[in-house]
Amino acid sequence: MNEITPASIGLSREDLPNSYIGRSVPRPNVPKLVQGRATYTDDVVLPRMLHAAFLRSPHAHARILSIETAAALATPGVVRVFTGRDIAEVCDPWVAVLDHLKGMKSAPQHPLPLERATWQGEPVVAVVAESRAAAEDGVAALRVEWEPLPAQTDMETALAPGAVVIHPELGDNLVFTRTATAGDVEAAFAAAHKVVEATFVTARHTGVTLEPRSIIADYNRADGTLTVHQSTQAPHMMQGVFAKHLRLRESDVRVICKDVGGSFGIKVHVYPDEVAVAAMARIMGRPVKFVADRFESFTSDIHARDHRIKARIAVDAQGKILGFDVDDLTGIGPYSVYPRTSAIEGNQVVNLCGGPYDFVNYRCTTTVVLQNKAPTCQYRAVGHPIATAVTEGLVDMAAEALGMDPIAFRRINLIRDDAYPRTSPSGMRFEGLSHHASLDKLLEMVPVEKIRADQAAQRARGVYRGLGFASFIELTNPSPFMYGIGGARISAQDGATVRMDPDGSITIASGVTEQGQGTEAILAQIAAHGVGVPVERVKVITGDTQNTPYGGGTWACRGAGIGGEAALQSALALRAQILEVAGAMLQAKPETLDVVMGEVVDRASGTPRLSLAELGRIVYFRGDTLPRDLPRELVQTRHFITKEYPFAFTNGIQACWAEVDVETGMVKVLEHWCVEDCGRVINPLLVDEQVRGGIVQGLGGALYEHCVYDAEGNLLTTTLADYLVPMSAEMPDIHVGHVETPTRESLLGAKGAGEAGTAGAPAALMNAINDALRPLGARVTEQPFTPARILKALGRI
Amino acid sequence: MIPITLTVNGERVTRHVEPRRHLIDFLRLDLGLTGSHAGCEHGVCGACTVRVDGEIVRGCLVLAASLDGAEVTTIEGLSDSGEVADLQAEFVARNAAQCGFCTPGMVMTAADILRHHPQASRAEIREHLSGNYCRCTGYQAIVDAVEATLAQRRQEAGR
Repeated sequence: MNEITPASIGLSREDLPNSYIGRSVPRPNVPKLVQGRATYTDDVVLPRMLHAAFLRSPHAHARILSIETAAALATPGVVRVFTGRDIAEVCDPWVAVLDHLKGMKSAPQHPLPLERATWQGEPVVAVVAESRAAAEDGVAALRVEWEPLPAQTDMETALAPGAVVIHPELGDNLVFTRTATAGDVEAAFAAAHKVVEATFVTARHTGVTLEPRSIIADYNRADGTLTVHQSTQAPHMMQGVFAKHLRLRESDVRVICKDVGGSFGIKVHVYPDEVAVAAMARIMGRPVKFVADRFESFTSDIHARDHRIKARIAVDAQGKILGFDVDDLTGIGPYSVYPRTSAIEGNQVVNLCGGPYDFVNYRCTTTVVLQNKAPTCQYRAVGHPIATAVTEGLVDMAAEALGMDPIAFRRINLIRDDAYPRTSPSGMRFEGLSHHASLDKLLEMVPVEKIRADQAAQRARGVYRGLGFASFIELTNPSPFMYGIGGARISAQDGATVRMDPDGSITIASGVTEQGQGTEAILAQIAAHGVGVPVERVKVITGDTQNTPYGGGTWACRGAGIGGEAALQSALALRAQILEVAGAMLQAKPETLDVVMGEVVDRASGTPRLSLAELGRIVYFRGDTLPRDLPRELVQTRHFITKEYPFAFTNGIQACWAEVDVETGMVKVLEHWCVEDCGRVINPLLVDEQVRGGIVQGLGGALYEHCVYDAEGNLLTTTLADYLVPMSAEMPDIHVGHVETPTRESLLGAKGAGEAGTAGAPAALMNAINDALRPLGARVTEQPFTPARILKALGRI
Repeated sequence: MIPITLTVNGERVTRHVEPRRHLIDFLRLDLGLTGSHAGCEHGVCGACTVRVDGEIVRGCLVLAASLDGAEVTTIEGLSDSGEVADLQAEFVARNAAQCGFCTPGMVMTAADILRHHPQASRAEIREHLSGNYCRCTGYQAIVDAVEATLAQRRQEAGR
């Protein structure tokens, strides 16, 4: 069922000029990007539009005693000031929990708090003015009287006696805990040949989308509709959120999302300042724009990956893994983030540790606690970089303890490629993975012997280089098991409508969205392939709840696998309809015809019979000449949802070759490799650059990126001079290879590709650094691997 | 308000600006040239890179009031002139852009390499582009696009 063959759909990947699936087709929407002709939310200007700016809490935890607004209102250009109570008049608070995360709790959150601020950077008062500059002048003129309160910042003490309970009504700071167990961990570890353990830290960091969060909300009192222009990954989800909390009908809310300047999970959440903007537009009956500045991005975009993990691995004398025992602790800020919740990341750590390996004994606990820091939530590769660092860090340590080569150790323990379907000890169901084929492919790409020889030669000169590996699995194509079963109105289904217009051109409207990863390009490829037209005859519509089929949008690597399959099925349905009409016009059986490059042709001979433009002319303008009862709807819609597996797992392996300067502690990544199996590759050009971008994002988190707080909860990294991101000079050339194990859930066979790079890169780099440091008896497990931490591990500071 | 008259993309414009108005807001808000982007507004990310009197600058670090008599070129003007059509074609062919928010600034900086450093090595290209932050691509395709354009231009110049 999963093979796209001439027999299955009348086309093959190779033999027709419009067989686009699997081909590196340039993205049709890149020319506008390179010429500065894109339309990001901040580029949109509406009549009577006002601009919002926010006063944000300077304290990690403080009571709001009074808000003095007179001076702000007297500031030139200022139109209105809104406090939490003003917003609460029209907007209901939310509580971010999911029913299937048993015992989870969080507190109600208003767009602007009514009594207390609970993190530094929380929006507290909004000023609306004729320009952003005037709004900021107004914010500067506000006077808020605060009563600073003790802040709970250290996650290690969040549940200890004497901890500041951030929301007293919850009783304590525990949001969620879950333990997965399989086999007999105690017995396995007691009987093991070797047990090695370590404590890993993954630093709190954030997405740093170059385009900050942006929104324009416009409430039209005349027709009672709210139109929101927003930089978002999930327009339909946001439509539902705005409707529910502003007490509107969902059909009266329209979310429009044109070009998005990067998202990576940052723009799939509900942010209080953005909901406040919608509420202010609702109250004022005119458009209000808010674009976060970089300081606001650092203090109010979601953070992620603030985890401390104590973990151990047990192995037998032959090098077989007996079990993993993992204890994860994570601090998520003062609220679970709506509506996906902030318990998912820890839950993923529980789901994913040990994922690539064949073992039976497993215990993993996550403990998710509150703290007075910016809220954390799902960021690219949610939980995967953490689980992979823990797993692969322990695997390398176990190999070292056994005196085994890390590749040989992985050979013994990676799940066999013929062992599927299979369920992991944490309960994850794998349809088909290719760990060994991926390792084989990687070893074709990485010149291991040459690198080892260079490593030895360099060591003799006092230069320390290391080679590190990291196998990984990645969760993609989520079903309702991710959010829907927990009660969240987040669609796991997606739809596509493909239509043919009179000139024979094709338009596809899809519920998945473009964030730069190439969604619109692959939708065009798939539609062109499925219908049988040149790809340049396809136009794509995404990012508009009023003009696309209902869908979930873009997250958890679902655009290609879910949205792509809906596109393929609707395109094939349209082609069948075209052939039925053509058959009537040509007095031929539809099965003897085909559509190739925009022409109806005789299937056997390839002889052109009728152009789609001529077919369109007849259908739309001379329908009187067609048989009376002939169906002629040249528009088809199909929806797709995965049914067999809760998630389509992908897999892969990365290798990293790095040099550590033992005098300065600086790390230079010399070269990096990744083999990834995302099922059917629709467009290798796009997938490769997705993987590279993901790797660089992972390397950034492992080397530089850190949201640093002091003990009082003050964020110290609020500029790009303090919070470092990878730039081109620090990054290596990256080699990408593929193994293709298509999912059988769909005709297309595609799984997700966007997060694999980020999932594995930090672990591969950590293992490379530790391989370099091994002769010196040093090891690092705390990210980011800063010069100070490396010098400390070397005992030099 | 300060009166200024300057040339933007070959057209003379006269405006009155607040002393605090920086160049990027001037371009975007006063002239409607939205191709240049504000990414950090403190001179690090390079999304606002434009050309002033022949040299690339951070639009967020230059005050519009200081530009009386200046000649400014933005991505819109650079594109319309055809000066980097070959570079832009390489960006498209290699998918050297994902979300595109950094891309205009990246193209402005790459154009600077083409003008001033025709012999730049791959490492020098990476170094020169290091003032432009791209979160999406991993930089490799961008470096490839610049390298290929340089090679093509050298080849054509050698003919």
